[in-house]
Amino acid sequence: MTALVEATRRYARESVAWYGGLGLLAIQVTRNFALPPHYFALVARQIDIIGVRSTAVALTAALFTGMVLALQTAVNMARFGAENYVGPVVALSILRELGPVLTAILVGGKVASGITAELGSMKVTEQIDAMRALGVNYIKRLIVPRMLAALVVFPLVTVLADFVGLVGGMIVSVFDRDVDPYLYWNTIAYWVVIRDFLTGLVKSLVFGLLVTLIGCYNGLATEGGTEGLGRATTDTVVEVAMAVIISDFFLTKLLLILFW
Amino acid sequence: MAAPIVEVREVWKAFDEKPVLRGISLTLDKGTTLAVMGGSGSGKTVLLRTIDGLLAPDAGEVWLFGTRIDGLREEQLLPLRRRAGYVFQGAALFDSLSVFENVAFPLREHTRLGEGEITDRVHHFLALVGLPSIDDVLPGELSGGMRKRVGIARTLVTEPEVVFFDEPTAGLDPTNARLVAELINELKKGICDTSIVVTHDLELADAVADRMAILYQGRFAEVGTPAEIHRSANRVVRDFLAGELREG
Repeated sequence: MTALVEATRRYARESVAWYGGLGLLAIQVTRNFALPPHYFALVARQIDIIGVRSTAVALTAALFTGMVLALQTAVNMARFGAENYVGPVVALSILRELGPVLTAILVGGKVASGITAELGSMKVTEQIDAMRALGVNYIKRLIVPRMLAALVVFPLVTVLADFVGLVGGMIVSVFDRDVDPYLYWNTIAYWVVIRDFLTGLVKSLVFGLLVTLIGCYNGLATEGGTEGLGRATTDTVVEVAMAVIISDFFLTKLLLILFW
Repeated sequence: MAAPIVEVREVWKAFDEKPVLRGISLTLDKGTTLAVMGGSGSGKTVLLRTIDGLLAPDAGEVWLFGTRIDGLREEQLLPLRRRAGYVFQGAALFDSLSVFENVAFPLREHTRLGEGEITDRVHHFLALVGLPSIDDVLPGELSGGMRKRVGIARTLVTEPEVVFFDEPTAGLDPTNARLVAELINELKKGICDTSIVVTHDLELADAVADRMAILYQGRFAEVGTPAEIHRSANRVVRDFLAGELREG
């Protein structure tokens, strides 16, 4: 019993420290956003790294998600004779939810764990301290460019994933369920409004910032040498997925209140 | 009278409730090389990191270049750190950058020098530490001694007003250790005449120090000139000099 209480206490203490640390890092990043110097070249490099690392995996996932969604929707909607509405159902699901959420979980997990590994390795080998000792603002040089890159990459990849997901849905609708392709796109154009698309885009921005922040924080908080580095990297993958899923609920609620 | 370069007043620092520094005080005047000695775990590195603002003290005051730095935010510390140099025990080179880019790093960050001038300065300081012609080599391909010397070149390239050396001879063979000692003495004649050398290497301390301090259980057991330290009747100092001092 005492062990359980002690374990609960430790978990609570670590959780508070983690959320507090994440919040403090967010404040530091915000404070440093506008400060000189501006590392435009580093931002461009991060966009390249994150974008190249993530596009293929996000688009593959989106294609098959669109296809499976169309398959399930078509089979079940056929029961009500509403097979022609596969397009809008697939589109709304992808644009409002699956596009941004899946992209954030897949790309986020990949990108954030990479960031954690890179920054964590720098931390345990004192490279971040060396940067500080040389009078370089490490938040500005290491964290801000990654956050700015996430602001660009996540919405862009989400838009691409949305499109590829819709194409996946169309492929199944047309070739497996004999739905007319014009009908597929026309019903989407009729039922889906720009707000559906923008809602997903706002989500992708928030998710991008959140997962990158988690990746950076876990990297900077790495302790315990290479073993600690391994632990931090795997923690990032889990925490990114949880953060996206949990924040998605609150974000959806907020966006419905604000814009619906 | 000019303010001391470094002043530490009654500084306390603990990790996980285990005290490492217990009310330590020291002053470093311009033109002085202070060797801080002590056994492993005596708090030497913690003291040095606290002086450079890399660690915040739990209590007490730390002054650098006449500015009180405990309690300053990271951004406020940066201009002061640019005037000081810190040589890490493990060199802490940026492993994705070549030797040239490592040494050029502070120049690119803090100066508007042209590429030609940067190249000249980097080559000058690499030659100073005895490492010409290794521009394109990555740190992972260097020996421990070479890494340490590149780290020293990177620290010196901006010509800081004070240099903090953390165990500069740890893990080096006697030849490399002697080279480092000669280099520190060379610096005193020109580039930087003020430094703190944290070490457990008595030979190095004897070779470079104007003043010595023996750190034991988070406090200075004795501070004085090398001659005073060698003549000291203090039991801790005598045990340290005899190689019989244990922490804890």
